[in-house]
Amino acid sequence: MDILITLGIIIILLLVGFVFGTMAEKRHYKNIIEEEKRLNKIPAMSCRMPPETQAYDQVLVMGNIVVANDYFKFFTAALKNFFGGRLNTFESLLDRGRREAVIRMKKQAESMDAELIFNVKYITANLNAGEEGKIGSIELFAYGTAMIRVNT
Amino acid sequence: MIVSNLELIFGKRINKHLGVVQGSSVRAKHAGRDIMAGLKNLVGGELKGYTELLQESREEATDRMIEQARSLGANAVLNVRYSTSSVAAGAAEIYVYGTAVLLSE
Repeated sequence: MDILITLGIIIILLLVGFVFGTMAEKRHYKNIIEEEKRLNKIPAMSCRMPPETQAYDQVLVMGNIVVANDYFKFFTAALKNFFGGRLNTFESLLDRGRREAVIRMKKQAESMDAELIFNVKYITANLNAGEEGKIGSIELFAYGTAMIRVNT
Repeated sequence: MIVSNLELIFGKRINKHLGVVQGSSVRAKHAGRDIMAGLKNLVGGELKGYTELLQESREEATDRMIEQARSLGANAVLNVRYSTSSVAAGAAEIYVYGTAVLLSE
């Protein structure tokens, strides 16, 4: 009887994770694509040398997000882990997290009327290192230098 | 104070290098946030509490670095880098460093 109850709880958690997790991911991707289109006017690049044709003010801008997988994805990833191969549930999580971090960085640059973002760097950090049996929460961080045109 | 992760500032000359300046901040997730994050883990997505926590932590580290640069008499910090490491279970260190310089027109 106890086993049945435990199994029932796990199945409910899996269902909740699957339904709400998939919905949230779809909504997030839709939002990301819209924002990326809007913020395309501020190109972010990883060049290290600033342009020399125009005077710019430089300000450091950054964006971060902490993301976690839903219960269903965590479960399937654990199963996949046994057989090896591509963990596409984690790929999509990191992809949308990283794109969101860049969007936040660009929004900060937008509020300063910046034209470009130079020397963009990414950092990925696992916040649950060393904690057994916990679903990892991962921080994605992007920073760069916003170039604001100086009127001369 | 100009803070930039480029190596030079266009139109300005570096008069003097004042060495590496740094700032760090170690923060732990507190229990309330941890419980909420545990619930959020069910459905996945962004954990807003942690995002804010790390943002505050990063601002504090940057302020400390700027403070150190100011005490050296610098007016800009160039080539700034960030790094994050998980030093203990549930705690993260944010570390930021850069080169303090004295700029002139």
